[in-house]
Amino acid sequence: MRDTFVRTLVELAKEDKNIELVTGDLGFGVLKPFWEQCPDQFTNAGIAEQNMTGVAAGMALTGKNVFTYSIGNFPTLRCIEQIRNDCAYHNANVKVVCIGGGFVYGSLGMSHQATEDLAILRALPNVVVLAPADLVEAEECTKALAKYQGTAYLRLGRGGEKRIHDHIDNFQIGKAIKVHDGERVAIFSTGAIFEEVSTTEQKLKEKGITPAVYTFPTVKPIDKDVILECSKKFDLITTCEEHNFIGGFGSAVAEVMAENTARAKLLRIGLHDEYSIRVGNQKYLREQYGLDGESIAKQILEKL
Amino acid sequence: MKHTSEQLAWLIRRHGVEMTHLSGGSHLGAILSVADIVATLYTDVLRYDPKNPKWEGRDRFILSKGHAGASIYAALAESGFFDVEELKTHYQNGSRLSGHVSHHLPGVDFSTGSLGHGLSAAAGIAYALKKDGREERSFVVLGDGECNEGSVWEAALFANHFRLNNLCAIVDHNHMQSLDFNENTLEIEDFASKWKAFGWNVIEINGNDHQELKEAFGKVGVLPEIEPHKPTVIIANTVKGYGIPFMQNDILWHYRFPHDGWEYDCAVTELHKIKPAGVEDPYTPNGIENPVLPTEKDDIYNDHTFSYTWNTSYPEKMRRVDAKIGTTEKVHNV
Repeated sequence: MRDTFVRTLVELAKEDKNIELVTGDLGFGVLKPFWEQCPDQFTNAGIAEQNMTGVAAGMALTGKNVFTYSIGNFPTLRCIEQIRNDCAYHNANVKVVCIGGGFVYGSLGMSHQATEDLAILRALPNVVVLAPADLVEAEECTKALAKYQGTAYLRLGRGGEKRIHDHIDNFQIGKAIKVHDGERVAIFSTGAIFEEVSTTEQKLKEKGITPAVYTFPTVKPIDKDVILECSKKFDLITTCEEHNFIGGFGSAVAEVMAENTARAKLLRIGLHDEYSIRVGNQKYLREQYGLDGESIAKQILEKL
Repeated sequence: MKHTSEQLAWLIRRHGVEMTHLSGGSHLGAILSVADIVATLYTDVLRYDPKNPKWEGRDRFILSKGHAGASIYAALAESGFFDVEELKTHYQNGSRLSGHVSHHLPGVDFSTGSLGHGLSAAAGIAYALKKDGREERSFVVLGDGECNEGSVWEAALFANHFRLNNLCAIVDHNHMQSLDFNENTLEIEDFASKWKAFGWNVIEINGNDHQELKEAFGKVGVLPEIEPHKPTVIIANTVKGYGIPFMQNDILWHYRFPHDGWEYDCAVTELHKIKPAGVEDPYTPNGIENPVLPTEKDDIYNDHTFSYTWNTSYPEKMRRVDAKIGTTEKVHNV
């Protein structure tokens, strides 16, 4: 996903000289294509995320379209006040990019796991929050953000994600994408955990259930229309995110459902308000915390 | 109605007293210490157009110590950005003039209030201007207490590394912060050497002296030609509360506003003693005829740092200097 992001941004930056990429001293072996092809639009701000984000705001207010880049919680939580006061409050054209949403850096430990970022960024006014599910969505999100005027957050996986969509027609910030229709259950997924959903579907089909599947590359502003439509049509809506189940995507869906007449029940898949204390890779940690395809199917069947 | 820097500085002080008096607002001590710096910037240094606040060719200016916002509001109003009358709305319901600097006001480029943000933003502005080969410059005023924030030093590293010689930081070094002297909080001296070690040109001056301020800003124009790669910091040694003797070097006036009675009357009277020619007091044109005077029981000329009244319990382990009441002298005792 990060390579797709960089490749897409290189193409965009060649066309638009106001696009700037500022890294907090990360991206070894990843950002090389950018600095080789757009050296004048590349900056390493060092291991200093607060300054990186403040600098990005200053640059944006002087006409630049700035992408800040780092991993895990460093471009977000480390400098959340700079995002709030300097970027969002000024509507500065800064796109905060995180590589490693969720358990991507599994074995590296709790410090590197971004599992509250969606909630925290979603709570900031004037911040658009995007979490693409696969390589196709990552490319579309990057293109959309390059055009978008304002502050935004882009939460990416790392590498090895699959191409799940063939293509996306008319991608828009704020719109969910219907993967296919189904009955009884609608699965809403945001971010790279989408790759688990195909296993979930398989398990449900074995029990005679074909769920409808949607991806939500935009967590904020949330697509209320799709939520309302599905909450009338299905028995159960299941939200999937590699994130704490408080405050993030599932909460955004719950807010919409709670304020409207919903027939459907809601099941939020996510970390149950805990930090990951176990050691292991992303796949292992998903299994440990009930976020793998099979566990998701099991929880859906229990709830139905 | 073009003012001299001395006239504008006096007006900032007079407005500062009135605005905090009317609103019960804080930070008058900081407004008084920074007044000469802000005035000199607006009369002699910054390029701007009050009729076109967003003019592309303007110099950018950030007041990073946003709590002295009233100084900027007064400077902007007196420089024609908006009506001087509006200053009276400071802190009031529905006002545009929040206690900390807000960009929802013509002439303000950047909102501040949380310390340690302004230098990074000013560096980002300078960096973008330089990238595009533009002539405008980036100025930022910091507080000395603000320099406790690590982000200031992140920005100092960045500005040097990217050779931001179009960036000028001015530190209002009034030697005091929230509870006591800088030196009894986090020891900050040798301050100039710290900036030098971070790769900056350093100019150290008396920041309440207009001649020295003008010479320093003159050097800012020239220094980049001598050392083309360096950003410049002016360490402006100031006195907190400057201009109103009973507020000087007294941490009480970081918070307290001049109340009705002797506090307000004496503040205005003190300002009238130093009023430059050719400037009108918009509130009390002839001063206060029979000012209420402090009585013996009133708390005046007391040192409200560690050595007297409310702060006698300030822990010994924090202290690195002792101060002498009524002077700016400090003795390092450790």
